[in-house]
Amino acid sequence: MDSAQSPTESHFITQEPYYEPVGNEVALFEAAYANRLPVLLKGPTGCGKTRFMEYMAWRLRRPLITVSCHDDLTTSDLVGRYLVKGGETTWVDGPLTRAVRAGGICYLDEIVEARKDTMVVIHPLADDRRMMPIEKLGQLLEAPAEFCLAISYNPGYQSVLKELKQSTRQRFVALSFDYPKPELEAKIIRHETGLDEAATQKLLKLAEMTRKLKGNGLEEGASTRLLVHAGKLIAQGVEPRAACRGAVSLALTDDDDMIAAVNELIAALF
Amino acid sequence: MIPYTPEQLTLRLETAFDVEFTFHKVDHLVDILAPLDRDTQDFILGWVERIASTNIQISYEFTRRVVEALDRLDRRVIEAWAVHAMDTYDRTGLRPALEVLYKVDDFLAHAHAHAAGAFFDEVKTVLSNFLCGLSGRRLELKPGEQLFTDSERLFLPNVTADMESEADNFLLCKARVAFMWAQTRFGSCRMDFDTVLAGFDDPARALAAFQTLDNLRLEACLARELPGLWRDMQALSVRHGDPALPEDWQALTQAFNIDPADPESALALLDQAYALEPPPPRVYHAALNPQAVAEVRAARMAREKILLRVKLAKLVEEHRAEKAAEQKDHHPARFEARQEGQAWELALDDLPIAPPEDVKQLLTSISLDWGEIPPEMLTAAGDGEYDPALYEEKEKNPDEVWQGTYHEEGAHLYPEWDFARQHYRKNWCVLREIDLKPGDPGYVDEVIDRHRGLVKHLRRTFEAMRDESRLLKRQVQGDDVDIDALVEALADSMDGREMSDQLFMHLHRADRNMAVMFMVDMSGSTRGWINDAEREALVMLCESLETLGDRYAIYGFSGQTRKRCEIYRIKTFDQPYNADTRARIAGIEPRDYTRMGVAIRHLSKLLNEIEARTKLLIALSDGKPDDYFDIYRGRYGIEDTRQALFEARRSGIHPFCITIDREGKEYLPHMYGHANWVEIDEVRKLPLKVADIYRRLTT
Repeated sequence: MDSAQSPTESHFITQEPYYEPVGNEVALFEAAYANRLPVLLKGPTGCGKTRFMEYMAWRLRRPLITVSCHDDLTTSDLVGRYLVKGGETTWVDGPLTRAVRAGGICYLDEIVEARKDTMVVIHPLADDRRMMPIEKLGQLLEAPAEFCLAISYNPGYQSVLKELKQSTRQRFVALSFDYPKPELEAKIIRHETGLDEAATQKLLKLAEMTRKLKGNGLEEGASTRLLVHAGKLIAQGVEPRAACRGAVSLALTDDDDMIAAVNELIAALF
Repeated sequence: MIPYTPEQLTLRLETAFDVEFTFHKVDHLVDILAPLDRDTQDFILGWVERIASTNIQISYEFTRRVVEALDRLDRRVIEAWAVHAMDTYDRTGLRPALEVLYKVDDFLAHAHAHAAGAFFDEVKTVLSNFLCGLSGRRLELKPGEQLFTDSERLFLPNVTADMESEADNFLLCKARVAFMWAQTRFGSCRMDFDTVLAGFDDPARALAAFQTLDNLRLEACLARELPGLWRDMQALSVRHGDPALPEDWQALTQAFNIDPADPESALALLDQAYALEPPPPRVYHAALNPQAVAEVRAARMAREKILLRVKLAKLVEEHRAEKAAEQKDHHPARFEARQEGQAWELALDDLPIAPPEDVKQLLTSISLDWGEIPPEMLTAAGDGEYDPALYEEKEKNPDEVWQGTYHEEGAHLYPEWDFARQHYRKNWCVLREIDLKPGDPGYVDEVIDRHRGLVKHLRRTFEAMRDESRLLKRQVQGDDVDIDALVEALADSMDGREMSDQLFMHLHRADRNMAVMFMVDMSGSTRGWINDAEREALVMLCESLETLGDRYAIYGFSGQTRKRCEIYRIKTFDQPYNADTRARIAGIEPRDYTRMGVAIRHLSKLLNEIEARTKLLIALSDGKPDDYFDIYRGRYGIEDTRQALFEARRSGIHPFCITIDREGKEYLPHMYGHANWVEIDEVRKLPLKVADIYRRLTT
């Protein structure tokens, strides 16, 4: 939280992150950025939302400040707060304020996890005013043209409590993400893990099987990220069945019957 | 320890068999038991008494045979034998249960099955999920005499024990399920057998030849699709001792290794195969039953054809509605279906649309039957073109089902704890949810009027519990600096004292997350003031709970015998507290008997489906488990209730039992052992008690 310790420069991404575009999302994001529109990324967990943001930050050459939202996140955690140092109070910028000042990209990950009243603070930033009031300093910060606000959420969690408010969501240009098509997913797995074609295809089949179980006992199917994890273990020389058990079935669920079922699917494939 | 004397044995057996009424002779049994050591005697007598609690005749026959059986069987098997006999009695009655005892050798033959077999009930959950992951049409796993599929259901025998070890038997079940899945997935069920077999002199032989061919083709499919399983299947076949495939067959079916997916490739070889002697099937092969498949398939094809067109019509409606503002032309909708990997994609008027999950399922199912999606099916149904009765499954009226022969259809089945047996009785209680008929709508107002003071007091009590957001001062962490604390801390440090680190203010936010289930006794024994007390208490509680904003539900329970347990819906979690709910509370009336265990099990299940941090089950009853001419009265009911409360607690629910009665009963502490409980004798105390429970749980 201390701005002195993490200068905005450290948030620049210098190496190109590996990212395979699924559709026209890169062009859309660039267009939104050029027009100073905030962006909302939707999609299931582990389908590449965060990687996409890293890639875009690298492409646009802006620092990327990521905040993982949680239900104790307060407005001060985003905007900043006074701290006491040796009998004096000093102001410390929060991540959102730092991003605005530096003209960077602020990425609020899993925004629905945060409380709805906390999120109201981003409203003036997310419309054409592009302002950020800092009440405690009595300042009104105007966002520079380079600043960009991006949020992400997973509409899969079917809970009323975890829905995005209309007044929030209707400020954003939305990009929808899903698991990539099989060929692309295969390419990603091969690139990230260095596995051969046959093993990659088996992982893909496993992914498809678990995604069919979604709603029948699993909350989510295996994400691309899990497949990459499993692939990395296999490439390291771990026995494939054991690797998939660790990286896929146990990671997906705690339900013993379900774990057993996924293990059987794994045993059928490998 | 010294063995029992014949006199002691006589006494124990006479008590167990109730000889005063049953006139069973125990002398010769005593002769058999007397020479045994004490440990064995205890083992036998324990089981004799446990079985006698179920049925004396069974216990008597058990005693006559057990000593002889002990020479050959170890105790674990004897126990299994006894439990099996009692389960048989539960399911089918006395005669079949005695058969189990008479034919101990039969049981022994099956003892292996019991020791190492894979039981359908045990493998069902895992294999159903396995099956669901394999894709294609939704298939259902069912127990059956024979191993076969009708292309919608897969039948597995109750016990699979062809292999030596338990692990192998499970693997065999899995292999068989996968094999039957392959029959539906790779087109075996799509064949028109009448046409195929028509040209042969001996259709039975031709069918056998075709099945062999098709099995080999499916093996090739599995080898390609599920290589891991295929390895296991080969190993199973070797361990089972299946002979190797004759060379002529091997040569004939070479082709499958290249492209096995199409059943036509098996058909093409049928003439050659007809001449050969079919080899015996492998252990995991499942026979095709052309007739069953054909029947199910014909019905399904007709239904799905209509269903798809109706669903497409709905899709068109949804998509047109979005565009209605822009364009007004009403040309007929053009659909196109494309296969992407295993999944189907739809395009409407050349624009790709995401089909909902049910339509995707339907497309997959149709493509499995037809081999493609016939273009004529891809037209949306016109207005009123089809009668919904043609494709919708009818729901049965619960009242009719009760009266019919198949009264267990669609009901919930729950086990019940038999303390004497120390085992659950499987699927023992048949339970149904029923809507409660509303009572006098003015009742609630009248109660509120009568207890105005109490209601007001209660409301205040509950309001005080309402957790409100408040500013906490002098915190170690927080959003803001607490200036008062800071000034004090600075002053302290000037004085040379230690400076406090509690310098911040933190906003504590209210975040209640609680669900409460009220379970109300509606048995005949509550007639009179207890029923009034329950209703009045519920009225006052609802009034107070509304101020807290917690989720709560109210259900009543009663019933008659285990075959007719009823749960009455008064207020579900989703329903608001309105005039209808109030009328239903007024309609709570004494009905039949009090089978508490099954009600606790059902309502715990409902409560567990709700997402909440704290879950509370509050049971209002008169504390007398009882059922019609049944052992439920007395110890059995008490123990079952105790066990059900224990299960609820284990699943994360806080059970709380409120007993409304004027005379204390000494068994209550035992029955409510796993729950908090309280006994009250006055209406006014009840809501206050609930307020108490609330405070304890939330603060």
